[in-house]
Amino acid sequence: MPPTNYIEAITQAIDEEMARDDRVFCLGEDIGKFGGAFKATKGLFEKYGADRVRDTPLAESGIIGVAIGAALLGMRPIAEMQFIDFISCGFNQIVNQAAKIHYRWGARVPLVIRGPCGGMVRGGPFHSQSPEAWFTHTAGLKVVAPSTPADAKGLLKSAVRDDNPVIYLEHKWLYRRPSVRQELPPGADRLVPIGRAEVKRPGRDATVITYSAMVHLALEAAEVIQREDGAAVEVVDLRTLVPLDKPTLLDSVRRTSRVLVLHEAAKTGGFGGEVAAVIAEEAFEHLDAPVRRLAALDTPVPYAPTLEDAALPSVGKIVAALRELLAY
Amino acid sequence: MAEKAPRAAPRDKAARRRHETLGLTDADCVRLFELLVTTRAMDDAVASLYRRGELPGGAFSSRGQEATAVGSCFCLNKNDVIGPVIRNSGAILTQGLSPVAVLRNFLGRADSPTRGRDGNTHLGCMDLGIIAPTSHLGTLIPVCAGAALAFKSRGEARVALTWIGDGAASIGDFHEGLNIAAVWRLPFVLIIENNGWAYSTPTSHQTLLADLSRRAEGYGIPGASFDGNDILEVIAHTRPAVERARAGEGPTLLEARTFRMKGHAEHDDASYVPRELVEHWKARDPIDGFERYLHESGVLTPDETRALRARVAADMERMEREALASPFPDAGTVAAGVFAEGEA
Ligand SMILES: Cc1ncc(C[n+]2csc(CCOP(=O)(O)OP(=O)(O)O)c2C)c(N)n1
Ligand SMILES: [Mg+2]
Repeated sequence: MPPTNYIEAITQAIDEEMARDDRVFCLGEDIGKFGGAFKATKGLFEKYGADRVRDTPLAESGIIGVAIGAALLGMRPIAEMQFIDFISCGFNQIVNQAAKIHYRWGARVPLVIRGPCGGMVRGGPFHSQSPEAWFTHTAGLKVVAPSTPADAKGLLKSAVRDDNPVIYLEHKWLYRRPSVRQELPPGADRLVPIGRAEVKRPGRDATVITYSAMVHLALEAAEVIQREDGAAVEVVDLRTLVPLDKPTLLDSVRRTSRVLVLHEAAKTGGFGGEVAAVIAEEAFEHLDAPVRRLAALDTPVPYAPTLEDAALPSVGKIVAALRELLAY
Repeated sequence: MAEKAPRAAPRDKAARRRHETLGLTDADCVRLFELLVTTRAMDDAVASLYRRGELPGGAFSSRGQEATAVGSCFCLNKNDVIGPVIRNSGAILTQGLSPVAVLRNFLGRADSPTRGRDGNTHLGCMDLGIIAPTSHLGTLIPVCAGAALAFKSRGEARVALTWIGDGAASIGDFHEGLNIAAVWRLPFVLIIENNGWAYSTPTSHQTLLADLSRRAEGYGIPGASFDGNDILEVIAHTRPAVERARAGEGPTLLEARTFRMKGHAEHDDASYVPRELVEHWKARDPIDGFERYLHESGVLTPDETRALRARVAADMERMEREALASPFPDAGTVAAGVFAEGEA
């Protein structure tokens, strides 16, 4: 088997889950014959037909609301947002309807809402956002953000099998990036559990806690630090933001005593603040340096390459932050 | 029931035929009347609990609109699904939930359908085909269209029905949900309950249309407006819409013209509503009107309807006591149920 792209892993996960369970169906804009704006559902229309790979009108609140209703009646919808930015149009259905149903009246909402997030592709303010914090702050939603093809596949399969609404954030910068391709272990039932972080690179001198595309930048920065500074940086990939795998991240903090929390979303109110707070509450006495955060500037994601690069974290910025952290 | 008064020969043969033309039996009519009276008794019990300071939160009433909710829901089969909104307590009862469960929900008790997690008629129960509304009006239109999508996908001859106020009909989900239902020809019925007001805002400030059902044309589906205070009219228009949906021909948009006979909620004296308008509609009370019909058509005698009303009132008093005896949820359970766990 040739190595698999991140986007191919997503397609495989959808395909396998649709083959396994006929309650699973996809809906979204242009996902049918066209295969989706990024081709996440490529080939599935031909295989499963128009009813299970369902083109929708341009209406995100409608798409998500319909998916919720179908889920209540025993289906297992996977709703695609053409770009995750458009999830804002369906925000009300997510935070007031889907998220609160089980708590309020006990019905199950097995629903996945997935779509391409993130920048570094010159998409500008409306095609580059990292909206995870909009949802991590809402009780009743699970939020996942995989960084590798294996995790993308295993987490999507878990999300489809989960009886709760799952916001599945896939990073478009990873979709076809040759360097993130992986040989996937065979076996249709290889799941990555929701709620489990993974140490992507072990180290003893400092920890970077991150997720999604930033994992790859952190790994590259750790390599630079190893080579040029001789320090071993551990990279913890959260993979799931809600529910948060506190044991794994706290274990790393206790071993390295220096932490950089890294994400692509804007810093203020970002999920990194939550991670930093958890560390302060539960591992303060293990720290040799204040917890550091590196995130995007508090701006919309700008379009021009010079501006976007200035706004978002980069390998260089991560290396600089780690050096300060290690020198503290 | 009361003593055996000689049953009046139908004074008005045409009137008698009205329910029969709709395929309704005399027993159906008695059931409808009982549901109407029970709905009002329950709403009144809620208002009384509110005034006595027993409710943790607010109290809504469907007074004046009972026929719309009961009549439309009565057109459904047991396994159909409804999405009741703010003035559809009658639909919840028609679907088979006991008033005591609704009262417990208003009271925030542990054994209520939401176990104290939500109040008033914000309750759902998939076993009875009731999808809970959110306060955020309009969300149920796409959601019920989604239930209809599940039915259609599985080839089940089931229907989803929901309602929306004249005010909430202005929100975006109305358009998105109804349009999707139309494009996909889903087994879905949407009823606009035009009661003249959205809190203090008259319908004329929501739309320029005189007949809200004319919006149907914009979606390429049938629509009709009718007197929502006449339960037989409600059934006469809802039933074909439900049948059309069940036959796979797609959704229908209906407008029931009715009136909100109380304030927006118990706290609101509705002083902004012109008195003459209230008087006009008071004379068209849906329950009194149907009671007259039952008398005129000879389905029930005045003694019989009086006795039925008395029985319902006594039952409601008992259920109110029962609901008040239910415990509040244990504070230790507050975090339970945010996520579904284990097997369904
Ligand atoms: C989206 C949304 N905005 C505002 C409100 C506050 N609100 C509750 S009921 C109501 C008026 C509703 O009027 P209408 O839809 O005509 O229903 P009616 O109360 O007349 O049955 C308003 C403004 C709400 N519940 N949801
Ligand atoms: Mg109204």
